[in-house]
Amino acid sequence: MAPERIVLRFTPDTTEKPVIYRLVRDYDLVINILKANINPQKEGTLVLELTGEKYQQGLEYLRQEGVSVQPLIEGITRNEQLCTMCGGCTDICPTKALYMERPSMEVFFNDDKCIVCQLCVKACPMHAMEVRF
Amino acid sequence: MSTEKTYAEINEKIKNGKAVVMTAEELIALVEEKGFSRATQEVDVVTTGTFSPMCSSGAFLNFGHSEPRIRMQRVWLNDIEAYAGLAAVDAYIGATQVPEHDPLNSNYPGEFRYGGGHLIQELVERKRVRLKASSYGTDCYPRQEIETYFTIDEINEAILFNPRNAYQNYNCAVNLSPRTIYTYMGVLKPNLSNAHYCSAGQLSPLLKDPYFKTIGIGTRIFLGGGVGYVAWNGTQHFPSIQKDSTGRELGPAGGTLSLIGDLKQMNSKWLKGASFLGYGATLAVGIGLPIPILNEEITKFAAVKDKDLYAPIVDYSDAYPNRKPGNLGFVSYAELKTGEITVNGKHVPTAPLSSYPRAKEIAGILKQWISDGTFLITEPVKLLPNVNDQITANSLKG
Repeated sequence: MAPERIVLRFTPDTTEKPVIYRLVRDYDLVINILKANINPQKEGTLVLELTGEKYQQGLEYLRQEGVSVQPLIEGITRNEQLCTMCGGCTDICPTKALYMERPSMEVFFNDDKCIVCQLCVKACPMHAMEVRF
Repeated sequence: MSTEKTYAEINEKIKNGKAVVMTAEELIALVEEKGFSRATQEVDVVTTGTFSPMCSSGAFLNFGHSEPRIRMQRVWLNDIEAYAGLAAVDAYIGATQVPEHDPLNSNYPGEFRYGGGHLIQELVERKRVRLKASSYGTDCYPRQEIETYFTIDEINEAILFNPRNAYQNYNCAVNLSPRTIYTYMGVLKPNLSNAHYCSAGQLSPLLKDPYFKTIGIGTRIFLGGGVGYVAWNGTQHFPSIQKDSTGRELGPAGGTLSLIGDLKQMNSKWLKGASFLGYGATLAVGIGLPIPILNEEITKFAAVKDKDLYAPIVDYSDAYPNRKPGNLGFVSYAELKTGEITVNGKHVPTAPLSSYPRAKEIAGILKQWISDGTFLITEPVKLLPNVNDQITANSLKG
């Protein structure tokens, strides 16, 4: 079964709940945390890869707990108007989602490989990499 | 008999639509096929290009006078200060200046999302800019404050004048320290984990005329999408031939150009504001130089390939900031472009900061202009100092 990528959004009061533990124990899901920004009593986001038979039940549990669940669709996009194809991002990107073709040295973005780490978002001198949830 | 051509002969061909113009990449292929002698006979002009962040860039602006007049002692454009220590209503906006209340590196690494380079891009895009100026008031310039808006078309002059552009060659930057560093060469990962370089290599203008045999004061060029000129040598113009520890010659480095042109006819595709995390704001500038093929020697220089052009590898965690001499060796642009080099026995991924696809596009546009007969080449009023002038860098005491 291919892992599903989802974005969880927490309200300030839902961040206190041990939801990851429950997803593993009660729903037997395999979890890969791609990105987490959780702070006590603050809104937070979590980008996950989830695999398991009780995937839908797990999502239902999250919704009952007040956690918003959305599929991750193109977490990061490249603004083609801004990108100058310098290539400065290609050794910053940990998964080679941003890469150069040789010998043309043109820069491409394969969002299937993107783990939404957002390193490119800050490193790009042209601000061409944008976060879109 | 060896071929010799003059600027006038080449221009005559350009005017008649008969000039043969090629990009430096195309010349390399032609020389491989036919040799230097035939290429020299066949080709009249070779075009080069580069598109890269160039911090020593900026623009002189003349805003026109208000009623009553103000001398403008200090000037801000969208909160970015421009230098106004000039005559009334003249100012110079520099590419690296940031707004008055920018957090800078107080929240390290700072983002520097907006600066003089972005402002210059907006001027070229004909966006409205907020002008604020103050002065102390004189009998002839009584006004002390003004706040208004303008677009580039509403002011008298906007002259791009870049004191140091088109570096002949540049360092390949690495980081030997155990922490990530944020430099004008981008984000350098700890413990020699990446290497950044910044040159178009075999397309880069000054690598193709290493001894400044055709480039000089008055040379007409592609600048920021419009027409510009070489005004002078750039600041820190120290042309040299690199040598490794064994004395082997590894191509040119050290030359720079000072460039000028009318900003009003430029295009923001080729003048783009840029931000370097933890370092600052700047301007990416598109530049293309034509090299007239006057003789076979010039062909030989213009046809040099990436594999014969080298960059020194420099540690930006210690050697560069503390100005320690030496480097970690040299690497060719052919090696850099493979995406991996070896430094101190370690495989290190590489990435450029200079856009090769854009450099190629510029060389192509300039080729088109010359082929169309709309862009004539210029015999320099005076050639620039070259390696034989042995100019060396002065350093600051203190």
